[in-house]
Amino acid sequence: MSIAVLGATQSPASIRPIAKAYPTGPAALLVEHATKRFKVDRRKPPVMAVDDVSIRLERGEIYGLLGANGSGKSTFIRLVSGLLTLDAGRVEVFGHDLVREEMAVKRLINRVSVDAAFFKKLSPAENLSFAARLYGLDSGEARRKAALIMARLGIGEKRMGRPVEQMSRGMQQKVAIARAILTSPTLLLLDEPTTGLDPRSKLDVQTFIEELQADHDATILLTTHDLAEAERLCGRIGILAGGRLAVEATPEGLKARVAAEHGLVPTLESAFMAYTGRSLDDDVEEGEAEPAE
Amino acid sequence: MTAIQRDVRAGYAFVERNFNLTKRYWGWEVAFLVYAVAGALSVSLIGQSVGNRRLLMSLVVGAVFWNYLSVVFQSIGDTITWERWEGTLEYTMMAPVRRSVQLLGSALFAVVYGLIHTAVLLVVLALFFSLDLGHANLGAAAIFMVVGSASLIGIGMLAAILPMMSVERGSQMVFVLQSCLLLISGVYYSTDILPGWMQLLSRISPATYVLDAIRKALIDGASADQLLPDLWPLLAMAFVFIPVGLWGFGWAERYAKRTGKLKRVG
Ligand SMILES: Nc1ncnc2c1ncn2[C@@H]1O[C@H](COP(=O)(O)OP(=O)(O)O)[C@@H](O)[C@H]1O
Ligand SMILES: [Mg+2]
Repeated sequence: MSIAVLGATQSPASIRPIAKAYPTGPAALLVEHATKRFKVDRRKPPVMAVDDVSIRLERGEIYGLLGANGSGKSTFIRLVSGLLTLDAGRVEVFGHDLVREEMAVKRLINRVSVDAAFFKKLSPAENLSFAARLYGLDSGEARRKAALIMARLGIGEKRMGRPVEQMSRGMQQKVAIARAILTSPTLLLLDEPTTGLDPRSKLDVQTFIEELQADHDATILLTTHDLAEAERLCGRIGILAGGRLAVEATPEGLKARVAAEHGLVPTLESAFMAYTGRSLDDDVEEGEAEPAE
Repeated sequence: MTAIQRDVRAGYAFVERNFNLTKRYWGWEVAFLVYAVAGALSVSLIGQSVGNRRLLMSLVVGAVFWNYLSVVFQSIGDTITWERWEGTLEYTMMAPVRRSVQLLGSALFAVVYGLIHTAVLLVVLALFFSLDLGHANLGAAAIFMVVGSASLIGIGMLAAILPMMSVERGSQMVFVLQSCLLLISGVYYSTDILPGWMQLLSRISPATYVLDAIRKALIDGASADQLLPDLWPLLAMAFVFIPVGLWGFGWAERYAKRTGKLKRVG
């Protein structure tokens, strides 16, 4: 496959915000025709969680995936993380195939989920040490790095020794992001990293994500409910509706399109409504409760 | 960094993490230890009450070493349940760590933890009943503990498949499996008294051979070659159960990733 050809298929508008990126070399993330169904109930047809989605992220880019609840954002992130297997399609991270070179891909990526997945009774230091060892980091080096990241996020040394469960949600989410970047992922998957945070923590996390892109050369795939956040952070935005990628463009491109095609005011909000057919707070889930865990 | 260094580091990650968890849940650790001591004492006191020294010793061995085997079995069998409950399962599963390294790291911790538990239990019971272990073959007992743990770890891996495949019922089934092992392995009685079909089952439980050998070693001071008949089946089971356990675990992981059983919400 010729990279130059793939690069040429991109419209100039979608390349603009990633001027910093390196257009040559393999894509940071290449997803082709990803499809995932879940059989929840034998009597009902399977749920099409992700339906033939293809995206390509260039190195250094922040790509935002928007969509109502249940539109398939988390499933998509899990497919890229290798936590779910694809029914069809393929995923490549920096030229490594997710299925054939699983370990190589795993070393390149990390993921932050909505719920900060920690051992609640362990301290941030202990949780980070576990992560560092899993990813083969030297423990001394890991400790120095963690201290730097935590200081940057405004988490004092005192807090590092106390159980995670005693921290606020905002703090926990910061520790989760710190843990993810401790392993120096070149592709960072952030699944609603700011959902449920207070405005202050939200801003902190957003600023930090911007810094990550600027200083660490990280490529980020981000899902969010917050349109202002998407506009601020993302070079390109894709909108998922019922598992399908309804539209993909730069924030400006999206606004222009929704004005031209639907005659709506050029905002991300109206683009979201137009392409998902629902408002932000609607829930897609119909008559199907989430199982308690 | 070499691949081996990486594996050692990752394997140690699980040892250290489980050690830290044990420290943080120390209240429960004390509670479990008290429960184990009280349980072992009450069973052994049956031997005391009928005034049969040999029965007493036999019950002590059963109680103490069954505790060890079940601690090892449980900590492997419950790895998935535990991480799912903490909410860390997906995080651990997406780390660049081979499953064998993860399971063997967890197993190593389980063995060390079990040995400490057993030592406490043995000391308390020995003092309580003023047991004389003068002519006991302690070395042989230790060997059987190690070899026995290997096959138990294999069965534990197979058991850990269940919580991976069924979020709702998996850990219950691990518990049931453990209870069945208790019943068929002759923990407090000779397997000879079991109905024929149960005796057959008892032969595929590693615990049967471990307990039989440790009884002979500690009570009769049996020598190495007298214990060989118990050693071969254990070695054979370790060679079968560990690879089968690893393979089964890998299969269950792929099943869970195909059907979305690892985690659903969030
Ligand atoms: N593990 C799973 N098992 C069964 N159904 C699932 C699972 N994960 C997601 N789904 C279903 O797939 C659809 C998409 O869910 P999800 O990807 O979580 O959406 P989002 O993150 O956009 O809210 C929903 O209908 C959801 O119920
Ligand atoms: Mg989600």
